[in-house]
Amino acid sequence: MLKINNLHASIEDKSILKGINLEVKAGEVHAIMGPNGSGKSTLASVIAGKEEYEVTDGNILFEGEDIEELAAEERAHKGVFLSFQYPIEIPGVSVTNFMKTAINETRKAKGLEDMPAKDMLKMIREKSELLEIDRKFLSRSLNEGFSGGEKKRNEIFQMAMLEPKLAILDETDSGLDIDALRIVANGVNKLKSKDNAVVVITHYQRLLDYIVPDFVHVLYNGRIVKSGGKELAHELEEKGYDWIKEEVNA
Amino acid sequence: MSKYTEDDLREELKTKEYEYGFYTDIESETFPIGLNEDIVRAISKKKEEPQWMTDWRLDAFKVWKEMTEPEWANVNYEKPDFQAIAYYSAPTAVDPNKTLDDVDPDLLAMYKKLGISVDEQKKMNNVAMDIVVDSVSVATTFKKTLGEKGIIFMSISEAIKEHPELVKKYLGTIVPTKDNFYAALNSAVFSDGSFCYIPKGVRCPMELSTYFRINQAGTGQFERTLLVADEGSYVSYLEGCTAPSRDENQLHAAVVELIALDDAEIKYSTVQNWYPGNSEGKGGVYNFVTKRGLCEKNAKISWTQVETGSAVTWKYPSCILKGDNSVGEFYSIAVTNNYQQADTGTKMIHLGKNTKSTIISKGISAGKSQNSYRGLVQINSRADNARNFSQCDSLLMGNECGAHTFPYIEAKNKTAKIEHEATTSKIGEDQIFYCNQRGIDTEKAIALIVNGFSKEVLNKLPMEFAVEAQKLLEISLEGSVG
Ligand SMILES: Nc1ncnc2c1ncn2[C@@H]1O[C@H](COP(=O)(O)OP(=O)(O)OP(=O)(O)O)[C@@H](O)[C@H]1O
Ligand SMILES: [Mg+2]
Repeated sequence: MLKINNLHASIEDKSILKGINLEVKAGEVHAIMGPNGSGKSTLASVIAGKEEYEVTDGNILFEGEDIEELAAEERAHKGVFLSFQYPIEIPGVSVTNFMKTAINETRKAKGLEDMPAKDMLKMIREKSELLEIDRKFLSRSLNEGFSGGEKKRNEIFQMAMLEPKLAILDETDSGLDIDALRIVANGVNKLKSKDNAVVVITHYQRLLDYIVPDFVHVLYNGRIVKSGGKELAHELEEKGYDWIKEEVNA
Repeated sequence: MSKYTEDDLREELKTKEYEYGFYTDIESETFPIGLNEDIVRAISKKKEEPQWMTDWRLDAFKVWKEMTEPEWANVNYEKPDFQAIAYYSAPTAVDPNKTLDDVDPDLLAMYKKLGISVDEQKKMNNVAMDIVVDSVSVATTFKKTLGEKGIIFMSISEAIKEHPELVKKYLGTIVPTKDNFYAALNSAVFSDGSFCYIPKGVRCPMELSTYFRINQAGTGQFERTLLVADEGSYVSYLEGCTAPSRDENQLHAAVVELIALDDAEIKYSTVQNWYPGNSEGKGGVYNFVTKRGLCEKNAKISWTQVETGSAVTWKYPSCILKGDNSVGEFYSIAVTNNYQQADTGTKMIHLGKNTKSTIISKGISAGKSQNSYRGLVQINSRADNARNFSQCDSLLMGNECGAHTFPYIEAKNKTAKIEHEATTSKIGEDQIFYCNQRGIDTEKAIALIVNGFSKEVLNKLPMEFAVEAQKLLEISLEGSVG
């Protein structure tokens, strides 16, 4: 589904990603861990097509197609979804209206008619129940005045509504209380299938107890320096990153 | 690629096109250019006015000749040459008493282009409509239904003939001829407009609406609207405006007077989409408008305006809160793009006790435009317990435009409570990227953000027009960029 080859990316001439190789197949869950500032969010943004970042080398294939030239919305239309580490506020635009616009714009790109209001409502009802979101919440301005945890839960609600092929969850667990973490993780698990894939970026093993990864990668200084199975996350939780840094610098 | 950088956005906004810029070739009769007493007399004669009206115009003309154009607004433009404008132009062979069914098919085709299928409006929206092209009212729909309730809704020319006592009693009482330069000019040469009277205790069962359009080249449009809501009555009124794209500047100087007697309520909404000029700042309508309403006891006047058009706008819909417990409201969205300039706001004059006013102004500036809010809140010495709340928000796109706020407060009574809030924000790249990531392209994202920003005001519009206004905001800011 996603194949990243020797990806180099920089911002304002500062090189941040320095040769990433990663392959994510349909049905898989990958976890990306790594110290602060190592480039995890940058990688997510580059995959999603944020234009401020310049790809200086390498490429990203999504379902076999090089997506370098595609705008962010075109990538979204193809099924790439990013749950933001810091979700953005849009005053005056309700969650519902935002989702309606997102879904219908995606449908339009595929040559489909707007989703009938009845179907939209049904879907909103189902997905908000899945994530235990109060319907009143959906009439509020997007992310405006939302608590940290509410923002994150709302990101996953959007993911549920958009049903992406590839979902990248950037520190979705941070800010969630213990119950919310379980609800959100269960939501993600329910949405998982053999046809889609999830990349979770996280600092904590806690989330991975719920969303169990097939692979764990350690990103350090713009490179994936170690990959392994789910045990690797436990090892990191226990030992921190120093031993990896030492391995790399040795 | 439609991804967002400040430069892209600026570029994108520049290529916007005015959707209503067509000219319809309908036969019309236009007076020679220039202004003098004879022209004023000729207009009055053409409209078969009684002597008192002719005299009223001539008085106004005398006053106007002695006045000079105001300079205090935060706008810059080449002063119009008042001797180079034709002051009267009308589609020929229009009988104002015609129903829409016998209106010139070319005119009807024009309304279609404007996006107002009159038939549909009639059926679906329960809207009574008066349409003024250039200087003359073409058709007033629904006259009969309204008549049954005693509501008078007709062109002002007709009203002068059919209800002279009402017109005489109220015309010029709220905006006196010598109020300002443009009001005086309007009083001398106004060609048409709407008149509306709601009898005591009557709730007008439908939206009343006037559609103004400048069609002929080199003409000015000077409409005059007079709306009287008698005791305990209610009316919601909407006006819309468009003009063809032309290289020269066209002048529009309207006067609107509202009178809300005891316990009456008037809701007055405007969707102003005059031609704004091209992306280099050439052409466009000069929109110099005086709008004012008077509230008697317990009365309420609400002004709602969506201003997207015109090269230069100078406009301050105001409320005189004369009666105790009266309420004035002003909700405004003003969008400026390219080289547009807007200086708009309101005056709330609190005279009565327990009077209350609310001002919500949303300014959106893009391109090289200048957008100013100018508002006066005046609390008179006898106005005990007067309250005002003002909120002025500005949204900027790009770095070449300007947003300015000029709030003036004059409080002569210690019990007054006045609150003022102001914010300025910019559409951020992060907001755009967030939308993009959800499959919403940049153009749509801007529309979404702008609509969100303007929501409090959009919500005040009658529902059927809110959708139209929302579309208009999108067009004004984005045009046909794909
Ligand atoms: N717009 C930018 N301008 C300058 N530097 C940037 C920009 N965006 C990211 N960086 C830098 O790139 C590096 C990687 O940042 P990134 O956000 O990808 O880290 P991260 O791995 O997600 O960290 P965290 O775990 O703290 O979220 C950091 O040093 C950061 O300061
Ligand atoms: Mg990060």
